[in-house]
Amino acid sequence: MNGKAFQIEKQDNVAIALSELQPGLVNIIGAQCKELEISMRISEGHKFALYDIKAGTAIIKYGVCIGVATRDIVAGTWVHLDCMKSLFDERSSHLDAVTGKPKDIKYE
Amino acid sequence: MDLQEITWKAFYRKDGKKGIRNKILVIYTVECASFVAKEIVSKAEEPEVEVIGFSGCTDNAYAIRLLIALIRHPNVGAVLVVGLGCEYVQPEWLADVAREAGKPAVWFYIQEQGGTKKSILLGIQLVKKLKDRLQSPKTVSMGFQDLVVGAECGGSDYTSGLAGNVVVGHFFDALVDAGGTAVFEEIVEAIGLVGLLTRRAATQKAEQEIASTYEKALEYCKAVRQYSVSPGNFAGGLSTIEEKSMGAVIKSGSRPIQGVLKVGAPPARHGLWLLDTTPDPHWMQFGITNPNDNEGIMDLISCGAHLVFLVTGRGNVVGSAVAPVIKITGNSRTYLSLQDDIDFDAGQVLSGQCSQEALVQQLFTMVGNVAAGSYTKSEMLGHKEYFIPYKYQEKDVVMRPCKL
Repeated sequence: MNGKAFQIEKQDNVAIALSELQPGLVNIIGAQCKELEISMRISEGHKFALYDIKAGTAIIKYGVCIGVATRDIVAGTWVHLDCMKSLFDERSSHLDAVTGKPKDIKYE
Repeated sequence: MDLQEITWKAFYRKDGKKGIRNKILVIYTVECASFVAKEIVSKAEEPEVEVIGFSGCTDNAYAIRLLIALIRHPNVGAVLVVGLGCEYVQPEWLADVAREAGKPAVWFYIQEQGGTKKSILLGIQLVKKLKDRLQSPKTVSMGFQDLVVGAECGGSDYTSGLAGNVVVGHFFDALVDAGGTAVFEEIVEAIGLVGLLTRRAATQKAEQEIASTYEKALEYCKAVRQYSVSPGNFAGGLSTIEEKSMGAVIKSGSRPIQGVLKVGAPPARHGLWLLDTTPDPHWMQFGITNPNDNEGIMDLISCGAHLVFLVTGRGNVVGSAVAPVIKITGNSRTYLSLQDDIDFDAGQVLSGQCSQEALVQQLFTMVGNVAAGSYTKSEMLGHKEYFIPYKYQEKDVVMRPCKL
């Protein structure tokens, strides 16, 4: 069986992987308890969509908006820099999604 | 657990405050006096004698306010101030501040004592005399309604927002309900959440203070194009500053915010307060936000926090001068690997070993014990960090004409 994921508030549309998750069924705990099929590998501490999320709509975690979707996101897939952006920090959505390293600057 | 019924014996100060430790502070007033001050403390070999100081020769107003606030801190029983003899910062005036608060205080200049050796010998004798005067302290009953607790987070990972800061938030709610006082900080980590904070303002003045302080922090971040979030945070799964902010702000719990405190300012009444540690605008850009965790801890203690929570995900080992630090992690792996250093494992709630309610009870038990005199892990190891930098900060919140 896959590891668990944590959903903080009922209205959240993302959950957080409590350990590295493999494609397949995941146990969601926290604000609601249910099982969800995820379609890709999710690293520990990363988020995945609990529902389909349309481009331009809010990503909700802790019951608040933590950014907006930059494209349609399918339930059970990874939610990170390449499919969402901050409403404040315009730089962060241009960073490498896996390492977080800047791609908008060259050292010489 | 009925919080009103829990009491412990505290140290009574002549200004009416109650302290949970009875410390002697040895304070240097310039870097040139720091070696002598540190030698006095290390040769005195007393666990409750500790050194703090300011390195600059110029009397930076922020740093002086910090020193004065630490001298007046209820955990401090007596003070020795060591100066070189030609600096702007006046050891005699600092000793006067201590005496006005009813605390035994002495001072000297190294230049007038004939140098290093004689100054260290004199300092050790003076510390012994101060220790004798603290021998039979007046004690008084203290409870959670008298307690001021500060909270900050550092080295955060995804568990901080899920468990570490969450248990602190619940603790703060219960502490405030019991009549106690809680202080949280890191306004630069509240970017994106101004509405959430102003909605919790207890008064109209508090609402304006929060909005003005937020506006200042946002302008700072925009100006330097740098938000309080880094590649390591992104690699760990955080996607935006708003997400990181929420994980940090959750440690404030849910009670009304009474207002914004500047560094060194005591809370005017019980309840929950937001501490602003960011520099105020100044043509020299004096000071940076968040240079390290101990700066934040020192700022919280300067507002009268008897003890401070440091919430960490990746782990930290620090303690502090003046007040005990209780280190909390939401990451059980970090707790296991740093067990000699970290006091509290909030990760139990993520593994399902423990309910949120039971975890908060555990934390209250630990805080009650530490307030009654039990050492935290960093106290046991002898950690006494302090950090007093040059910074430009106004004494009061500068109100801005903001659109709320």
